[in-house]
Amino acid sequence: MTKQHVSQETRTEHSFAADSVGLVTPALYHFDEPLELRSGKTLNAYDLMVETYGELNAARSNAILICHALSGDHHAAGYHSVDDKKPGWWDSAIGPGKAIDTAKFFVVALNNLGGCAGSTGPTSIDPATGKPFGPDFPVVTVRDWVKSQHRLMQRLGISKWAAVVGGSLGGMQVQRWAISYPQCVANAVCIASAPKLSAQNIAFNEVARYSITSDPNFHDGRYLEHNTYPKQGLMLARMVGHITYLSDSAMRAKFGSASAELESTTRGNLGRDLRSGKLSFGLNVDFEVESYLHYQGERFSANFDANSYLLMTKALDYFDPSVDFGGDLAKAFENSDCKFFLVSFSTDWRFPPERSRELVETLLRAGREVTYLEVEADQGHDAFLMPLPRYVDALRGYLNNALEETTRDAS
Amino acid sequence: MRPDQEIIQRWITKDSRVLDLGCGDGTLLENIRQTKNVRGIGLEIDADKIQRCVERGINVIEQDLDKGLSNFQPDSFDTVLLAQTLQALSHPDQLIDEMLRIGRRGIVTFPNFGNWKSRLYLSTKGRMPVSKFMPHAWYDTPNIHFCTVKDFDALCAQKNIRILERRVVDLKHEGSVSMRLLPNLLGEIALYHIARG
Repeated sequence: MTKQHVSQETRTEHSFAADSVGLVTPALYHFDEPLELRSGKTLNAYDLMVETYGELNAARSNAILICHALSGDHHAAGYHSVDDKKPGWWDSAIGPGKAIDTAKFFVVALNNLGGCAGSTGPTSIDPATGKPFGPDFPVVTVRDWVKSQHRLMQRLGISKWAAVVGGSLGGMQVQRWAISYPQCVANAVCIASAPKLSAQNIAFNEVARYSITSDPNFHDGRYLEHNTYPKQGLMLARMVGHITYLSDSAMRAKFGSASAELESTTRGNLGRDLRSGKLSFGLNVDFEVESYLHYQGERFSANFDANSYLLMTKALDYFDPSVDFGGDLAKAFENSDCKFFLVSFSTDWRFPPERSRELVETLLRAGREVTYLEVEADQGHDAFLMPLPRYVDALRGYLNNALEETTRDAS
Repeated sequence: MRPDQEIIQRWITKDSRVLDLGCGDGTLLENIRQTKNVRGIGLEIDADKIQRCVERGINVIEQDLDKGLSNFQPDSFDTVLLAQTLQALSHPDQLIDEMLRIGRRGIVTFPNFGNWKSRLYLSTKGRMPVSKFMPHAWYDTPNIHFCTVKDFDALCAQKNIRILERRVVDLKHEGSVSMRLLPNLLGEIALYHIARG
């Protein structure tokens, strides 16, 4: 067997699990029609980086849109190369036979405007100046994103999504779809989300923003022109963010393996594992949890643009579809024509179950059809990305039935 | 179809909105969706039953009835249904008030503890009745608020609830003339169609 043969075989047969979408290639879609933004500003032209998985059926009725959260992008599933260590951010749910079954559905994922993974954003060149937009990139809102997603939908020749699916900030885009384009959505799948942020949510976002903007390398957002970037600020922002994604119990479990025997004692496992087995009696990293946060911050700061991060957190803060309806969110959903599927997780304290229940109550008040699950999970907000059996089975069951209903309606 | 479900279906009008409290695996909601074109929502707390509802496209909300129904608007449903769940509630009387706040009409079904078999069991054995139908021991039963047909009649009178129709059936879910004459003694399952007074 030649070496070449081995590598080819690896590429086609052995590198990816049977339920993986395997190698995927993103595609760039250019749009020339100006996009009027909520802020009053206009993007004259823009690009959207898009990945798709599965095949669009002849009736064009099996398309699912995936909306990403704060730090996500178009790469939701599969691998860009055989050397990739990690698959797309929601590979646990997207693939042949998985909850979002690419053998049945045509799945579309994109990088939102203002992001930093290929769609037009702060690192793109502003045609007006020939320099990166940087801090001059307009503030984009959830509504603006959904407007751009709607144009992508038209470009793809899809008139109705079988489902629009998203968790967290992605769930907010799902809500906006149901409100702004009711005729284009058959099912709205909104996971671990909220109808708008609370003061505590906004406070954490502001800490993240302030840590970035106060970094001496931020240069009022023009760091690229100075050939630098606010690494420390981004790290700190991510570290704070990461704490809010995990639950107390998840952290105890993650950083307390060595103390597992304590579980049976009255002291319990507090997740206080030491890195080197002893205290340093200095300002060094002593505990595993510290080391983990540093690692997460480090990794994130190397891959994410600071201006994009600022924009994403602003989109979160500004989200409140009730503003156009005198503060009554139920009125916003009155024209929605889709079924809703909501899931929350017991230890999520970023968007806790109460916030999803608030949405359920609002949807009931609007006379909408709702299904809601409250899943017991230790992983906090992060649970929405995990392959938890109950959650995954419900998502699969819901979507498969949704496809049957769409097919039935079409015939 | 089971005769008790047939009776329930007869009480539900076409194209109406139905809230099913403790909807189980969604069988009834699915039936009335097909036969009566009903738009229904079920409440349930059992994960497996919720999954079953989801798979068959029945709207289901994971919600504990004992924590109240304050998330439902007055008059938001035509009929609110409580099938074989009354006896397992912490505050059955309050839930019935809530049912008739949310729906114009209510349907309540429950095992009739006044049935002669229960009476005989208690009077001859001197112990809490345990049967195939109610298989739990007194200390681990989910059924904490048993009542009889007479008890429920009295509660409706006290609350000024109108009984539109009352039916009793046996465990095979079949009715009879004698059961109509002596519902509290012979009926094993009681079915009430109620409305605000």
